[in-house]
Amino acid sequence: MPVEKEFRPKIVAFCCNWCSYAGADLAGSSRLGYPADVKIIRVPCSCRVNPMFILRAFEKGADGVILCGCHPGDCHYSTGNYYARRRMTLLFSLLDYLGVEEGRTRVEWVSAAEGVKFSTVMNEFVDKIRSLGENVRLGDLRCKN
Amino acid sequence: MQRIGVFVCHCGSNIAATVDVKRVVETVKKEQGVVHAEDYPYMCSEAGQALIAAAIKEKNLGGIVVCSCSPRMHEATFRKAAERAGLNPYMVEIANIREHCSWIHKDMEEATEKAVILARAAIAKVHLNSHLQPGESLVTKRALVIGGGIAGIQTALDIAEAGYEVDIVEKTPSIGGRMSQLDKTFPTLDCSACILTPKMVDAAAHEKINLYTYSEVESVSGFVGNFSVDIRKKARFVDMNKCTGCGLCQEKCPSKKAKSEFNRGLNTRSAIYTPFAQAIPNVPVIDTESCVKMKTGKCGLCEKVCQAGAIDYSQKDEIITEKYGAIVVATGFDTINLDQYGEYAYNESPDVITSLELERVMNAAGPTKGHLERLSDGKAPKEIVFIQCVGSRCDDHRGKPYCSKICCMYTAKHAMLIRDKYPDVNVTVFYIDVRTPGKNFDEFYRRAVEEYGVNYIKGQVGKVVPQPDGSLLVQGSDLLDGKQIKMRADMVVLATAIEPEAGVRKIATMLTASIDTNNFLTEAHPKLRPVESPTAGVFLSGVCQGPKDIPETVSQAGAAAVKVIGLLAKDKLLTNPCTAESDTLLCNGCSVCQNVCPYGAIGYEDKEVNDHGIRETRRVAVVNSALCQGCGACTVACPSGAMDLKGFSNRQILAEVDAICR
Repeated sequence: MPVEKEFRPKIVAFCCNWCSYAGADLAGSSRLGYPADVKIIRVPCSCRVNPMFILRAFEKGADGVILCGCHPGDCHYSTGNYYARRRMTLLFSLLDYLGVEEGRTRVEWVSAAEGVKFSTVMNEFVDKIRSLGENVRLGDLRCKN
Repeated sequence: MQRIGVFVCHCGSNIAATVDVKRVVETVKKEQGVVHAEDYPYMCSEAGQALIAAAIKEKNLGGIVVCSCSPRMHEATFRKAAERAGLNPYMVEIANIREHCSWIHKDMEEATEKAVILARAAIAKVHLNSHLQPGESLVTKRALVIGGGIAGIQTALDIAEAGYEVDIVEKTPSIGGRMSQLDKTFPTLDCSACILTPKMVDAAAHEKINLYTYSEVESVSGFVGNFSVDIRKKARFVDMNKCTGCGLCQEKCPSKKAKSEFNRGLNTRSAIYTPFAQAIPNVPVIDTESCVKMKTGKCGLCEKVCQAGAIDYSQKDEIITEKYGAIVVATGFDTINLDQYGEYAYNESPDVITSLELERVMNAAGPTKGHLERLSDGKAPKEIVFIQCVGSRCDDHRGKPYCSKICCMYTAKHAMLIRDKYPDVNVTVFYIDVRTPGKNFDEFYRRAVEEYGVNYIKGQVGKVVPQPDGSLLVQGSDLLDGKQIKMRADMVVLATAIEPEAGVRKIATMLTASIDTNNFLTEAHPKLRPVESPTAGVFLSGVCQGPKDIPETVSQAGAAAVKVIGLLAKDKLLTNPCTAESDTLLCNGCSVCQNVCPYGAIGYEDKEVNDHGIRETRRVAVVNSALCQGCGACTVACPSGAMDLKGFSNRQILAEVDAICR
């Protein structure tokens, strides 16, 4: 009988350059591990993340997308994370409506000093995505072999 | 299609121990456009950089990807290396395979696979990179220091000595800060005022230093080299130019019931007051909360007695706008509020005091004229208990997780001074650990124990109970003996945790300087850039960055000054070329981008466009690249997709997404 392969989700994490990317760096230098399924894309600010990027990730087969930015009030650009928060609230409810479960998307504030939080959040998020299984709703069938 | 070179760093064994670098090299060679790939033990070394330069020239590379540590660490290094080899520095991308890969994964197979994917994403991005050129901006050769404590004073003096103008904004009526409240300083037992006041005078007298006391920063705009700051000069109701500082007004003021902030509320002051005798400027302020004239309109005694005619009840707050090239935050600290710590009976008994209050009690200018006495009945105490780590190294919500760093030393100082002056007083210190790293610090602590006979007990105090006879019952544990201790004390002194000054979050927000969960300002790099904030042009001095003692504060203040001087010495600064850009053909001039821009960098112009052969004039968005900081808020807001961010364009980020999800 063929052994079923362990599900390894594809997870895209958008991290703002000033807080969360630095928080991820701190998690790294503090050796606070999280699963290799998470791949980070650096953006200047959480407000740079266009909902289109997240839709594209799901279309191309991502199983979860997380957006990390500075804590409210601490944005390097003053207000960027507030824009991100509002846009994502809208996008996530739209995704939910389309059948992409709520747990596949997440917004989290991680400061440059929160290496522990970064690692904890990523571990939690990967666990969640693993429990949800493969994302089939938005995947573009033309992208699959 | 660019000709791409990929350089994989081993970082000694930091990367190579968990990532199979050879396999990464072999795999990425198969990527589209990659014409060169190699690995090297230390890519950031001179030899490593030479390797990159040689490959750029030999293989005529149009873009490079360095798989190494975080771009926050070495992106600048590799950009410079590329530039020296004739490649535009913005044709360099970093794949972070150390912090985001080798250091957090243990399984080599997994880590190598991830490193390859991260490299692929960077390759996909660099294909779409464009040759960017930084712009230039002028530097205003003037610095602002927020906070007039020892940190701010030292920073200002050092900057002024280099020949640049400096303004100090201090919210209280006088400069001097916490250090002016201290009696003696460890480990030399110098009198704090004796070493501080000459510096205060130097700062006030310096022709390049301008003091704004009783003033606060109201708002900040602009960017490195070009900040514009609104400063609120609060109404003193005393004319600074006329006042001679004679002090008669304070003497005659009938309202003397306001709590003295300087003496930590242990005694009272008049409604018109200078915080302390050596205050600079020696010009009083009227506290409108307690002034009878302000409240009822009747009194005006100070005006009558002032021979200089300096009292002016009609004074209003004044807003001043100044331009600065650099801003230093030196806002300092306060002790935490002890309302949550009911077990120490701080709010119940006046004989339970904080260490900062003890400084005032022991100071000759303090509420007890320097006599060690109980604040409840004025009696001389015979038994004093010091409790360490009140709120420091505390995991629960009441306290702070960090070590306040200065408490072990000042407690040893207090214990020693008390035993020296009052040898019949018994001093007991309850501690968790005694931490004395610092020059002559441990020697100092040992003197307290060995020469002065201070009784140190390793253990925590669970409860302080005021007794009917006025004494205090201290219940604690001795961890070394494994015994519970109950002892009577006349006075209990709490080594209260320190925290950043309450207003720091507001200031950090105005400066867009990042702040950690404990409200300490964050450094640009914890080890290599400890006095710079991640926000360009904003520098950190003193305890606003983390707990530190006076020598450390003064060193950091000097370091911050050097960084400011280095910045102000430049005539022009290169600006970040990763700014937003609007596509004239797609823009319909709707103004949505303008509304979300936090920098006011977007304006509108009527431009002539050629849309498929139709020539017409349209109102389109134009980005001022000198003001744009490159956050990208406008790119997402733009409904027609006209706005894009150079260096982080839609296509570049989508290419990364595609590469990761492939």
